[in-house]
Amino acid sequence: MSEKIPIGEKVLMKGNEAIGEAAVQAGCRAFFGYPITPQNELTAYMSRRMLEEGRAFIQSESEIAAINMCFGAATVGERSMTSSSSPGISLKQEGISYMACAELPVFYVNVNRGGPGLGNISPAQSDYFQSTRGGGHGDYRVIAFAPSDVQELYDFTMLGFDLADKYRNPAMILADGILGQMMEPLVLRPYEPIPDLPSKQPWRLGDPSTPDALLITSLILNTGGMEERNLMLQKKYDSIVENETRYEEVMTDDADVVMVAYGTASRIARSAMETAREQGIKVGLFRPITIWPYPHEPLNKLADRVKNMLVVEMSLGQMWEDVRLAVEGKARVHLHGRTGGGVPTQPDIIRDLKKVLASKDGEIVRNF
Amino acid sequence: MGTTQMKQVFGMPEAMKAEGRFYCPGCGHGIVHRLVSELVDEFGIRGRTVGIAPVGCSVFADLYWNFDVVSAAHGRAPAVATGMTRVNPDVVVVSYQGDGDLAAIGTAEIIHAANRGESFITIFVNNAIYGMTGGQMAPTTLIGQKSTTCQLGRDPAVMGYPIRVCELLQTLGGVSFLARGVVDSPKNVLTVKKYLKKAFQNALDKKGFSLVEVVSPCPTNWGMTPPQAMDWLKDTMLDYYKPGVFRDIDEEAKAEAQPSS
Repeated sequence: MSEKIPIGEKVLMKGNEAIGEAAVQAGCRAFFGYPITPQNELTAYMSRRMLEEGRAFIQSESEIAAINMCFGAATVGERSMTSSSSPGISLKQEGISYMACAELPVFYVNVNRGGPGLGNISPAQSDYFQSTRGGGHGDYRVIAFAPSDVQELYDFTMLGFDLADKYRNPAMILADGILGQMMEPLVLRPYEPIPDLPSKQPWRLGDPSTPDALLITSLILNTGGMEERNLMLQKKYDSIVENETRYEEVMTDDADVVMVAYGTASRIARSAMETAREQGIKVGLFRPITIWPYPHEPLNKLADRVKNMLVVEMSLGQMWEDVRLAVEGKARVHLHGRTGGGVPTQPDIIRDLKKVLASKDGEIVRNF
Repeated sequence: MGTTQMKQVFGMPEAMKAEGRFYCPGCGHGIVHRLVSELVDEFGIRGRTVGIAPVGCSVFADLYWNFDVVSAAHGRAPAVATGMTRVNPDVVVVSYQGDGDLAAIGTAEIIHAANRGESFITIFVNNAIYGMTGGQMAPTTLIGQKSTTCQLGRDPAVMGYPIRVCELLQTLGGVSFLARGVVDSPKNVLTVKKYLKKAFQNALDKKGFSLVEVVSPCPTNWGMTPPQAMDWLKDTMLDYYKPGVFRDIDEEAKAEAQPSS
């Protein structure tokens, strides 16, 4: 029952369920999803909560159907969401691309598992490219949050719905099996929408108060029309980069080396930083909170004084590419990458930090 | 001379755009589009009706329909329609699909939308061929029929059999109305309209899933003139795709209510 949800209070909750409750609080009218591990707690939670609230829940026939149900809900101006894990998110990419082109808002969650292929159900960050480069076909981007704890899963779910609506664009959370499955304390803060959310009345379909025959489509056949649409979308993406880039810097002021890590990897990097500091290693942490838009500029500024960076990621150099792009050759960018369910450990990270500090000009440290 | 009083007896429905001129001569889509527009007017629901244009020739339905339209990904119209009607039950959704869209790439979506008893209207235009992409074999292409991807004729040994959609769906629990009509004569066009009216009424009454299959000519991709195409449709297609009502839960309820003899 909704009255049992202690809004405003501190509770202990699983990451996947925190996402679900945040969506309920943010006014998500429908949840469409298909079973896949390690996100099943979210679907199960929504199957109960949505019905309690008199809203829609459908266990769809496929991931493809689920994202297209979201597409339908968006055309009539209602909030909906879907969630899945890596192979299922691949199946949704067609629908996400259509929604990006048709400027339809949607919020979705990828609880990343090991890949490629069917892979395994262990935590991974190997869907970084897919999350930050659009993911499907065509010239588009999605707003991608990379939370690192259960509180952020809750908070960025609410913000994800808002930004999707504000920019009429897909927005997502990239989590992993650890974040989704673990229990942590969080404050169930009440939902407050961001200021100036635009009304959907001018464009939503099936609304008798908009008498004109409206058309929502991602098919643009007239000469130059598709280029024009893409350039219009690009302007929107520029505005998202300008206004929605989020990151955190920890102990970078005196750092000789800065680790760059997001999500679960950033938590391990933070612990390694604290241990390494006790050993006298001046190390800091730069944590992208949005992985698209990516905090290229702040990283570039950081590279003016920090000449060595160690990317710690649960993939084999996917974010490493972004950091190298960001620093424009001003710093050496080293890599500590694990894959297929492998999770970085503090001792391994500290070993590589020492290697980095002992490395010569032009040398790049890599753990594999 | 006195003035003659003229009464308009035929005209363009309000729910139809006057400038809609797109399909090939002899194509059936225009007829079916018009029937939809007439019914939208007759039910007085233009403001809250949304048409779903599929992938295929009828992606251009918005050029004909004077009400809101969304174009869905190939085969996904039933999922899009589900999303719309589940979050806004006031919206009347007309989901329009061709044979490749509904019976090949979108088979899972149509079966599950029907089984869930989603309350939107599905119009399934069966012309036994892919039109827009240039005449490829459809799931409903007849045995022996030639297409650009079965140039020697459909051979069931390697290409399978033409799918009868109404027969396939009729066992599903969520179905309220299933019928197959044909647009080969004014009389039969009116029968299709009668079926569509029933589907609209069921959607408005939230009775469950309704589908009207329309057997329709595609002279261009059949390589025929419009009269030849109509003859082939009558002589060949209707032999395999028998017109009629396949399910009507209202009639079933009436039959059950009658005392057994």
